[in-house]
Amino acid sequence: MLAYMIRRLVILLLSLFLAAIVLFVLLRLLPGDPANALVGVGATPEQIAAAQAQLGSDQPLAAQFVKYLRDIVQLDLGNSFVSRASVLDEISRRLSVTLPLTLASFVLALLIAVPFGILAAVKSDRWYGLLLSVVSQVGIAVPVFWLGILLVYEFSLNLRWLPSGGFPLRGYADPARAVQSMILPVLTISIVMSASLMRYVRAATLEVLGSDFLRTARALGESHTGALMRHGIRNGAVPVISVLGIELSTAFLGAVVVEQVFSLPGMGSMLLLGIQQRDYPSIQGVLIVSTLLVLMTGFLADLLQRVLDPRLRQGGKQ
Amino acid sequence: MSTASTAFPRRSKRINITFWLGLVLVGGISLAGILSLFWTPYALSDMAGGRLEAPNASHWAGTDRLGRDMFTQLMIGARIALIVGCGAVGIGAAIGVTTGLLAAFATRFLDDALAAFMDILIAFPTLLVAMLVVAAREESSLGTAILALGIGVSPIIARITRILTKQVLGQDYIIAARVSGTSWGAIVFWHILPNIVPFLAVNLALQFGLAVMAEASLSYLGLGAPPPNASWGHMLHEAQGTVYTAPWGAILPGLALFALVIGINLLADGLRDRFDPSRRDM
Repeated sequence: MLAYMIRRLVILLLSLFLAAIVLFVLLRLLPGDPANALVGVGATPEQIAAAQAQLGSDQPLAAQFVKYLRDIVQLDLGNSFVSRASVLDEISRRLSVTLPLTLASFVLALLIAVPFGILAAVKSDRWYGLLLSVVSQVGIAVPVFWLGILLVYEFSLNLRWLPSGGFPLRGYADPARAVQSMILPVLTISIVMSASLMRYVRAATLEVLGSDFLRTARALGESHTGALMRHGIRNGAVPVISVLGIELSTAFLGAVVVEQVFSLPGMGSMLLLGIQQRDYPSIQGVLIVSTLLVLMTGFLADLLQRVLDPRLRQGGKQ
Repeated sequence: MSTASTAFPRRSKRINITFWLGLVLVGGISLAGILSLFWTPYALSDMAGGRLEAPNASHWAGTDRLGRDMFTQLMIGARIALIVGCGAVGIGAAIGVTTGLLAAFATRFLDDALAAFMDILIAFPTLLVAMLVVAAREESSLGTAILALGIGVSPIIARITRILTKQVLGQDYIIAARVSGTSWGAIVFWHILPNIVPFLAVNLALQFGLAVMAEASLSYLGLGAPPPNASWGHMLHEAQGTVYTAPWGAILPGLALFALVIGINLLADGLRDRFDPSRRDM
């Protein structure tokens, strides 16, 4: 287990380093010197030179890269060109919208997908079992932002049950409205996500249903349901858990897009705003933090899987 | 899994339905996209229609808020989706298959390094990077998006190619070919590629759907190419503001995107069932 953890940690650090390089290169590919974006149109050459000196963009690339890495390690993401506020503060404010959105969607998706996925497998010979697998097949192809627009059309504009978008200015100090404005975004992400999760749950359950250990348990006198509960769930959970990390990351990326449908002030809208305003520190900050979150999720999911599955812990294969 | 296929006698009916339904959806959209090169009901910039007309006899899908024909835009969107899908998968396959083959043939050390590298890249949030790459250009162009998405899907293709190739390399007929003096190049061309292509094709089809969906997301976020290269995502971006008065404007482009993606998925499922008898009941 320890050897695995170290190996996995090395991979995580390598991934982070690689991600940092990719982001550095991409940000330098953006047209124009960031200094121009800082001082704005009509600045004198002296002002531009001063801005370049301030940002360090007149330094050689290698020196810039070292400074960039040092800043990241110290979590110093700089200040926004536009608002001059600390990027890290802005990100933590935005994460207070994006993270609850992601996690709530993820949990709801699991609550939908697990029971229905198992049902779809156990009752695959009945019409509703078949219907469930068709629904999940169809759900995977639904564009998440499209579903968001349709939900807004029905539940906000037609029925007028819920707000069509936005987030209360006072944030969670206004809990009723904050929750209200989260309902449709959460539903949007979790519906699409549960479709793909359900496929994994169904496939894992089918595998368990055809397994020798279940037949043995039945032969030893356990009831079908009892055997499934005692042995099926633990075994079926392994392949499902292995995709949870990816699904959680998908939920996060879905949130980035869905925030735009519902004009939520989260990470996605910060990135878009940064791109429109050529606000380099904001763009860089959002991408660094998002990548960090996605890679950390993968790392934790892999560890969790080891903890839960003794076969993997002993170095065996799935 | 192999026991499952004998447990259920009913099999071929559903496969055919899946495959043919997918073929009809993808084929229909492809035809519309190809047709748009030669003929559309109206010119794209023709603003002669009324504003936000509901679907009617002269505007089959209604008009947008500038009075442009929506059916014309849908047809062009089909063309763009096909270009994005084929382009991204083409680039992804060119990079991915080469890397995958290389890893499978390489020494243990290089193979391990490449495999770890692929895993790292697969974990990378492609959409975020694509957003940045597309935004990096002063003018958002379709080519940049295709390139970004193509690079984005390549590590998954590389991983699958590597696994499939290793399976084939362990077969007796490869040893037989080696013993009879066939060169590695000929073995790749005559033995490995024909054996992995069916399974690879299934995966490429899935990547096609993902690429089209990702480009639509970019366009929806306002980072896509402007008309005349506007995709269905761009149409949704435009239609969202008028969804209350003109819901069809938001419904139809999304429906088109949904139909293409599910069509591709069904086609991939149908292909997989055809190539891999042990999965016929999954």
